[in-house]
Amino acid sequence: MGAADARHLLERTGFGASDGEVRATARLSHAEAVDRMLAAARGEARTPVPPEALKWTDPRELRAMSPDERKAFQQDLRLRSIALKGWWVDEMVTTDSPLTERMTLFWHNHFTSSLQKVRSPALMYRQNVLLRKYALGNFGELLHAVSKDPAMLLYLDSARNRSGHPNENFAREVMELYTLGEGHYTERDVKEAARAYTGWSIDPADGAYRWRPFLHDRGEKTVLGESGDFDGDQVLDILLAQPATAEFVTAKLWREFVSPQPDAREVGRIAAEFRNSGYQIKVALRALLLSDAFWSKANRGVLVKSPVDLVVGTVRRFGIEYADPLPLVFVLRNLGQDLFSPPNVGGWPGGDDWITSQTLLARKQFLERVFRVDEGRMTPAAMDRAMERVPEEGKPYARRMLKAALQIHYRPHDGRSVQQVRALVLDPAYQLK
Amino acid sequence: MKRRDFLAASVAALFVPRVALAQARYRRLLVVVEMKGGNDGLNTVVPYADDAYYELRPRLALARDTVLQLDARTGLHPALEPLMPLWQAGELAVVQGVGYPDPNLSHFRSIEIWDTASRSDQYLASGWLARAFDADPAPPGFAADGVAVGSLDMGPLAGATRAIVLNDPDQFLRQARLVRPPEGRSANPALEHILRVEADIAQAARRLSADVPLRTAFPEGAFGKAVRTAAQLAANRGGVAAIKLSLDGFDTHQDQPARQQRLLAELAAGLAALKNALVEIGRWDSTLLITYTEFGRRPRENASQGTDHGTANAQFVVGGRVRGGLYGAAPDFGALVGGNLPFAVDFRSLYGTALDRWWGVDAARVLGQRFPTLELLRA
Repeated sequence: MGAADARHLLERTGFGASDGEVRATARLSHAEAVDRMLAAARGEARTPVPPEALKWTDPRELRAMSPDERKAFQQDLRLRSIALKGWWVDEMVTTDSPLTERMTLFWHNHFTSSLQKVRSPALMYRQNVLLRKYALGNFGELLHAVSKDPAMLLYLDSARNRSGHPNENFAREVMELYTLGEGHYTERDVKEAARAYTGWSIDPADGAYRWRPFLHDRGEKTVLGESGDFDGDQVLDILLAQPATAEFVTAKLWREFVSPQPDAREVGRIAAEFRNSGYQIKVALRALLLSDAFWSKANRGVLVKSPVDLVVGTVRRFGIEYADPLPLVFVLRNLGQDLFSPPNVGGWPGGDDWITSQTLLARKQFLERVFRVDEGRMTPAAMDRAMERVPEEGKPYARRMLKAALQIHYRPHDGRSVQQVRALVLDPAYQLK
Repeated sequence: MKRRDFLAASVAALFVPRVALAQARYRRLLVVVEMKGGNDGLNTVVPYADDAYYELRPRLALARDTVLQLDARTGLHPALEPLMPLWQAGELAVVQGVGYPDPNLSHFRSIEIWDTASRSDQYLASGWLARAFDADPAPPGFAADGVAVGSLDMGPLAGATRAIVLNDPDQFLRQARLVRPPEGRSANPALEHILRVEADIAQAARRLSADVPLRTAFPEGAFGKAVRTAAQLAANRGGVAAIKLSLDGFDTHQDQPARQQRLLAELAAGLAALKNALVEIGRWDSTLLITYTEFGRRPRENASQGTDHGTANAQFVVGGRVRGGLYGAAPDFGALVGGNLPFAVDFRSLYGTALDRWWGVDAARVLGQRFPTLELLRA
């Protein structure tokens, strides 16, 4: 396919390809490269997760804490959250299957849950493992599994949804944002479906999913024209049977991989293949990546890089080594993509919304620091001055971060000059893929 | 008048007024202050004469003799002491019972409703201030239509054509050196968007002056710093039509008394300093400030010394042209719906008042329908 096509494919399916990866892919045909990539996709991470991120605290224990204990717990929670975010950054930087991480992130932004509400890195980690396992698997299985995932049960209040006291949060969002899209269901469908999802619950002892039959509403429900004593899984199957679901998900994949404006006819064609395959995600991806639109010159460089694209991609592309992912975690947050904490149930809006005056300047500042000409060593006095400006809750890790930030620095190893690369990455075009 | 002069005048009149009107309109500054997390309005504007208030809040209610009494029924949280001079000068309007039909109790969704001024069941892509600037753009010489200070999100400015986010003018100007004013345009919409943001940055950086010296003292802390930035923006020759400030931490499900005390003190000290600074630069009479927050909190306290998400709430409107006093309706605890307060004033009435009465922008065009305006501005 040649180097230009190879770079395009790798930029869109991974994070910032190195020259070696580009050369290797350039020798393949489009179909060979896509098939190899899909066949080699991992289903689990290779980076070991930091043990502190896995700690589960029984909410009953939490309620019994004194104010001081609670304060210490909150501080510890912040550190554990940061450890979890750093773990994912490391995985994205080092993985040999970047497509898996991209798709895990895609599903994280589709089946949203957030640390802000879930408040448990352990549950967010378990959800992340689940999203990765199904990242290139079966969408129907993923939908069923993630709906009963404990982080999701907390995030969309399913754990509080019980017979006689329905909570409609999940019932609405699963139709609006996860399957059908707006306009394909009624308020009555939401209300009826909410009753079917009752009985899903969490065991406070270990944070695992538990079915509680006595909380389940056994009455008849009517959802999208079908009636019966449905449970949650049966309603999810009704949603999966709707052609709108395949189209909705395919259009979203299109915007992720191809262009901001999906081609309705092509989406219809690929969605039909996707649905006929029983929702094999690889079938949809293969069709998208081998579509004429994907390779069309008109669709090159039309997507705005997400903060993860920019940061992880830059680190991978230029082989930048670092000892501690902490500064990258904070950069991502400043750029508007705080991992495990999407802004709301709709996820990061993405596209042009990634770029405001503040985030664009923050992007350029990040690049400028990585590609600075001097090594930028900080004197102890300068470090102390910088620490003064750090808010109280940031102090415990601020020094660590300042030190680590100084180490993230491009060292030319292939005859390029820093000034040249710096000029290239500060060009507006570097924000695009 | 000679015919030639008359013609010239008419032709001139065709072109001049729109720009002149925009100049005049947006010489009036609008500041919106978001209290993130859902401020507890009932312990901010306290119905201290209502027994039901004390019954619903045996542990959290503020004692009658501690509140700052505004009238025989209504008082302010004692931490709002710095606002009392504004109240006494008749420059503080307190609007009670602000909300909307079919309230949503999710932080995310409800703030989106407030930011976009949508109905509860309606999803709009752009913020209400962005739509105001679409309807009536600010003059081209302005540094920016709107500036969001101190937060990542643009809130009501989301989607605005010339809006910037900045925390600190000095830092902004320093970072802005990394941006060259873009040359030309692009047919690629994504690149065009980036070039436009670069142009916004370059325009703002060109028109903003760095450290505008102010004698006013500002409080310590992030909000005090944001208020200082707002005052510097107001003082700038470049011109800015709207400023968004925010203060975070009002989601007081637990241990509310100490946290709300601290936050309200921060708010009040910040607003008092802002008034001093605006008086100093001669802009107090041309500034209108409105507070907002995604929802009020449940009248009945919870079991953790806190309050849960609720509905209708009290908001403040301050400025040199504000007609001070109490507006809206005091909370009626006999009329709770599902434990929450019904609203008396649609929040879009507040927005409509700012649009129609402050700026003279057609509020119905921006808000999709006409809401009754409040008579809280002096001519």
